[in-house]
Amino acid sequence: MKYLYYPGCSLQGTAKEYDQSTRAMMAALDIELTEIEDWTCCGASAAESVSELLALALPAINLAIAEAMDTGQDILVPCSACYLNLRKVAETVRVDEAALARINEVLAEKELELKGASRVRHLLDIMATDIDPDAFRQRVQVDLSHLTIAPYYGCQCLRPYAVFDDPEEPRSMEPLIKATGAAVHPWSMGSKCCGASHMNTKMEVALELVHGILKGAQGADAIATVCPMCQMNLEAYQDKIVQHYRDLQPVTILYLPQLIGMAFGLPDDQLGLNLNLEICSDFRNKRTAVPA
Amino acid sequence: MTTVATQNRPGTESAPGPDALKAIQDKIKSCIQCGTCTASCPNEFAMDLTPRHLWRMVLMGETEDIFASQTFTLCSACYTCSLRCPRGLPLTEAMHDLKQLAAKHKLPRYKASTAFYGHFMDTVRRHGRIRETEFISRYFMTMTPSNPLMPLKYTGMGLKLMRKGKLHIENPFAAPGKQSLEAIFQKVESMEERA
Repeated sequence: MKYLYYPGCSLQGTAKEYDQSTRAMMAALDIELTEIEDWTCCGASAAESVSELLALALPAINLAIAEAMDTGQDILVPCSACYLNLRKVAETVRVDEAALARINEVLAEKELELKGASRVRHLLDIMATDIDPDAFRQRVQVDLSHLTIAPYYGCQCLRPYAVFDDPEEPRSMEPLIKATGAAVHPWSMGSKCCGASHMNTKMEVALELVHGILKGAQGADAIATVCPMCQMNLEAYQDKIVQHYRDLQPVTILYLPQLIGMAFGLPDDQLGLNLNLEICSDFRNKRTAVPA
Repeated sequence: MTTVATQNRPGTESAPGPDALKAIQDKIKSCIQCGTCTASCPNEFAMDLTPRHLWRMVLMGETEDIFASQTFTLCSACYTCSLRCPRGLPLTEAMHDLKQLAAKHKLPRYKASTAFYGHFMDTVRRHGRIRETEFISRYFMTMTPSNPLMPLKYTGMGLKLMRKGKLHIENPFAAPGKQSLEAIFQKVESMEERA
């Protein structure tokens, strides 16, 4: 299998380990990723707060470049915010010719043209839909059956486009976690909002939302995420939250491909495990312990 | 120094008039005031107006009350209300529309959000991709005159990221790079002025 790959800005900075572990996991599964040439920012959650046309034009640049590469491959996007921005343009131009014309008027400045043929897919969609669960199971070399993992989906890979999972009660990560041998933590917080960019502009509100998620994960050995913003909000502010609310223990936060990569026996440096901000000592000890 | 993206646009620094709401009213005109949006919103606990109340204000054209409220800036785009709305209204999109109006009119009440998104877009405009240190330094420069201690809330996280080598030292006044999106931004602005 082959995919075009849109890493997005976060995966080059604060979420490097998501990029590294995604590439390492895909290589281990013999899946080929080709990075979109000279990709640019999708607009993140900022463009839509500033200008509707800009919020369409920025993702469209990347879809147009991908179309011009003429591979016929789906575009794989690991970041949920990038995924939604790119997908929204693909969905909009499919039904709205006027929007496509306005977008192309902007894109002409860069001598690009969008036809509207791109298929934009979230990493989790590809892992859950395109790849045979047996392919994961056959590749597992390290038994993680003594671990319990809380699957955290966040919002924008699920909503508003309900493409590959139930948008409120998602389950698509469960077979992937079970393939590693680990147990799935039963909880109802998997699709609740982490506060997204509120952490920068309305911190108290975001801390309240993250607190609810961390509280729900008590008893799990780690939370698995599929979005750099979710990952950052859940891991980077735990000391503040633990101090303020005084009713929970810190929780290890991993990107899903890091967890899968661990089970595959891939070396820690290929999975960027030294880059996570919250891997608790309990988790480190338990991970290397031999299952009873 | 380059200006913030939103500051390049024509702005009035006064509350939008009732006409400004026309496009949003069209999007939500079949609202039945059932309150599913309010019940679904994870941020409702922090809002001064509930989402249902806000949509009523929009339909009534109560611009003064809408732009005295923080409700729309508290939307974190989780899309739960859009998903559950029994009339299928694009409520998250309508929240974005209100954020865009507040940014366009440079309303001081929304300075934190407007400056945050404005500096983000300005960095993307000049370099094509986000440069986190550059954008955050510029955001802090806007915010500290009125709130000098504000960056302290982020020092813990900043140090963590630095220890992991995830923050790069960047000159906040660096010249635009080869991936500059200046032409795209200018075109968007001229098309929006024409509209």
